Amino acid sequence: MDIFVEDGRIVDDVSGEAEVIDASGMIVMPGGVDIHTHIAGAEVNTGRLLRPEDHYLDVEVKTAITRSGVGRSIPSTFITGYRYARMGYTTAITPSMPPLLARHTHEELEDTPILDKAAFPLLGDSWFVLEYLRDDKIEECAAFVSWIMTATKGYAIKIVNPGGIESWGFGGNVRDIDDPVPYFNITPRDIIRGLCRVNKMLNLPHSIHIHTNNLGKPGNYITTLETMRCVEEFKEEDRPIIHVTHCQFSSFKGRDWSSLRSGSEEIAEYVNDHSHVSIDIGQVVFTDTTTMTADGPFQYILHQLSGNKWVNGDVETETGAGIVPFRYRRRSYVHAIQWSIGLELALLIRDPWRVFLTTDHPNAAPFTTYPRIISWLMSKKAREKIMDRINEKAKRRSLLGSIDREYTFFEIAIITRAGQSKVLGLRSKGHLGIGAEADISIYNINPKEVDPSRNYKDVRRAFERAKYTLKGGEIVVRDGEIVKSVDGRIFWVKPESSRYKINVTDELKRKFREYYTVEFENYMIPESYLINSSPIHVKAGV
Amino acid sequence: MIILRLKRTLKVPVEARCISQDIFEGKTVEDIRSLKVWEGNKVRKLGEIFEVEEKRGDNSTIRILGDLSKIRGIGYQMTHGRIIIEGNVGHRLGEELGGGEIIVHGDTGSWIGSSMKDGRIEIFGCTGDYIAAPYRGSMKGMRGGEIIVHGDVGDEAGGYMRGGLIVIDGCTGQFLGVHMKRGTILVKGSSEGRIGAEMVNGKIVVCGQVPSILPTFTFEDIKSSVKVDGEKIKGPFYRFIGDLTENGEGKLYISKAENPHLKFYERYL
Repeated sequence: MDIFVEDGRIVDDVSGEAEVIDASGMIVMPGGVDIHTHIAGAEVNTGRLLRPEDHYLDVEVKTAITRSGVGRSIPSTFITGYRYARMGYTTAITPSMPPLLARHTHEELEDTPILDKAAFPLLGDSWFVLEYLRDDKIEECAAFVSWIMTATKGYAIKIVNPGGIESWGFGGNVRDIDDPVPYFNITPRDIIRGLCRVNKMLNLPHSIHIHTNNLGKPGNYITTLETMRCVEEFKEEDRPIIHVTHCQFSSFKGRDWSSLRSGSEEIAEYVNDHSHVSIDIGQVVFTDTTTMTADGPFQYILHQLSGNKWVNGDVETETGAGIVPFRYRRRSYVHAIQWSIGLELALLIRDPWRVFLTTDHPNAAPFTTYPRIISWLMSKKAREKIMDRINEKAKRRSLLGSIDREYTFFEIAIITRAGQSKVLGLRSKGHLGIGAEADISIYNINPKEVDPSRNYKDVRRAFERAKYTLKGGEIVVRDGEIVKSVDGRIFWVKPESSRYKINVTDELKRKFREYYTVEFENYMIPESYLINSSPIHVKAGV
Repeated sequence: MIILRLKRTLKVPVEARCISQDIFEGKTVEDIRSLKVWEGNKVRKLGEIFEVEEKRGDNSTIRILGDLSKIRGIGYQMTHGRIIIEGNVGHRLGEELGGGEIIVHGDTGSWIGSSMKDGRIEIFGCTGDYIAAPYRGSMKGMRGGEIIVHGDVGDEAGGYMRGGLIVIDGCTGQFLGVHMKRGTILVKGSSEGRIGAEMVNGKIVVCGQVPSILPTFTFEDIKSSVKVDGEKIKGPFYRFIGDLTENGEGKLYISKAENPHLKFYERYL
């Protein structure tokens, strides 16, 4: 079978002479898509500042084509792009952009070569959103979100520990999704439901993207189930309406750390029965990494647990952040259970179109560990080999031994690209049909000859170094080396609706003057500020 | 024995992690000459910087002659063998040393024995700052082995130390044993103070003068002597426990005879 590429698109035939790549005996997939990876933005850069020792471990020297860079768990922007491309990835979404710091995030994204990118603004703790939802002004809230997407060049609504970050401003946290936020008299349930409705009203391409309350606490699987349940009534026929991200961190059962168990069975059962939910796993790999989220209170707990240095951040009226270097240890009971939960989720959820491969880079592991995780998913033997070396108690309590499922190459293609682009609403990505963007990755492994279940090491090697990666029809990687560096685009959503148009009143400007360090007029990023802007026009639903 | 003689005066730093018994072993002189080093931003061959000569007998020793104060990273991750340096040497000598011995007849730069695990480093001159301390930001301090300095050392010696022994015959700068977790530091000269800041455990013995003790240490008692690596050091010593900001149980032994200005602590006995 032949695939023709012309002008960056896949076509049914080429008009003239063309370069031919012989990919016989290899796997051809659409370029990889990563739905959740912290590759740019305020917290990533602060993480870089916090961890000089991470740069010291891993240095890439410049070549005639590539630029130099450093960093293992938080690589600098240029080598982030190269490393993704070497693995055959061509799209990456950075999921936590404080709206106020969008300008910096986009500047970093622009310096991340090869990849197409998008960023999700954090809206779950924005004062404006909280106030609109408290006062039941859903249309005004929709107008505000619509304006934020345009103003910050964002792509989807990201919610991190709704209400919890705001409470953290007063030294507290919310206990569950019905615990009111101090001074706002609104519960996380109201925030999630409100923003889910807003998402529907604006008809945004992606669903709401949520990092649950109580993340990283034993017993939090109940909160996660509640979170997924609370938007059940808004469900749509053809697509999920809520994406629970790095679900591994939200699937803990037990009363405390010593009685920690996996809640993956309950979560998987719910996801299997309900089509309105998609998740990504946030797989832990035993390695040294840097955890960073907007969830300040969670990071504070992590800092106390590990005793490591940390940074806590606050972004005015919008959100917060925390960063803690962390090492996942095989011999640690908790870490081994976490490792197991991620894989259990991926293996127990039957529909690969609604469970995706991520490590929540760099929280559970750097993205460079994806090939290893693919080999675990494809081979029970590979999993058992790690199982033999993890904490004994964790091994006994893990469900993994009883799961025989092994992913096929087709399923791997879905959880690493097709499913992710579908959920993201990127219609021209994640497939190789006519009209798709010519983002193609070719891996040197013959699925007809290699049994991934036994030869998992070959699988890992093949996915570590793509034979070819094509971005927009141009060969950027050959034999695992960068041969050309191209610029990727930045996707953002431009809602077009006269109905949900923000009313720039004196009241709004007054609030900006009162709450923010910047004026309303300076808050917006003009489109001309982005070099490779790629707006997606959406029409609001009715 | 391999002998390296510096050919010319160096103007910019040279990163020479390849100078190590583990790498030299089993290589011919020609192979050694073509090992890669960085001089500033240029890649060079070791043979362009050093004259390499082989002497029969004792093939586990490397001798280096000349002013190596611009050369960094000698003995990186070495696990066995011996390096003898006749002259000054630059930063990060014996970084992550896993075994073997490094002897320097001269002064050294900073980060000597950074994050070392085992082995021995002996320096007959003075050293810079951060001996045995890990790279900036890292918490992986020295884990084992010993460092002996016959001259003075700079600031933050033994930072984040997790084991092993440091003996300093001369004086030290500030923040000796900062963030220390385990291990022992013996200073025969005086110290500039702020000893053991944020230490959690471990032992620091100072036989000379100190300006003061951090207020986050409590005075425990007076000991007539203290044991360091099996050897008895005669006192008497004031013993302090801290650092209380970290709920630490580290021990400071400070010479009583040399520090009469600390006598006021005795009233808390």
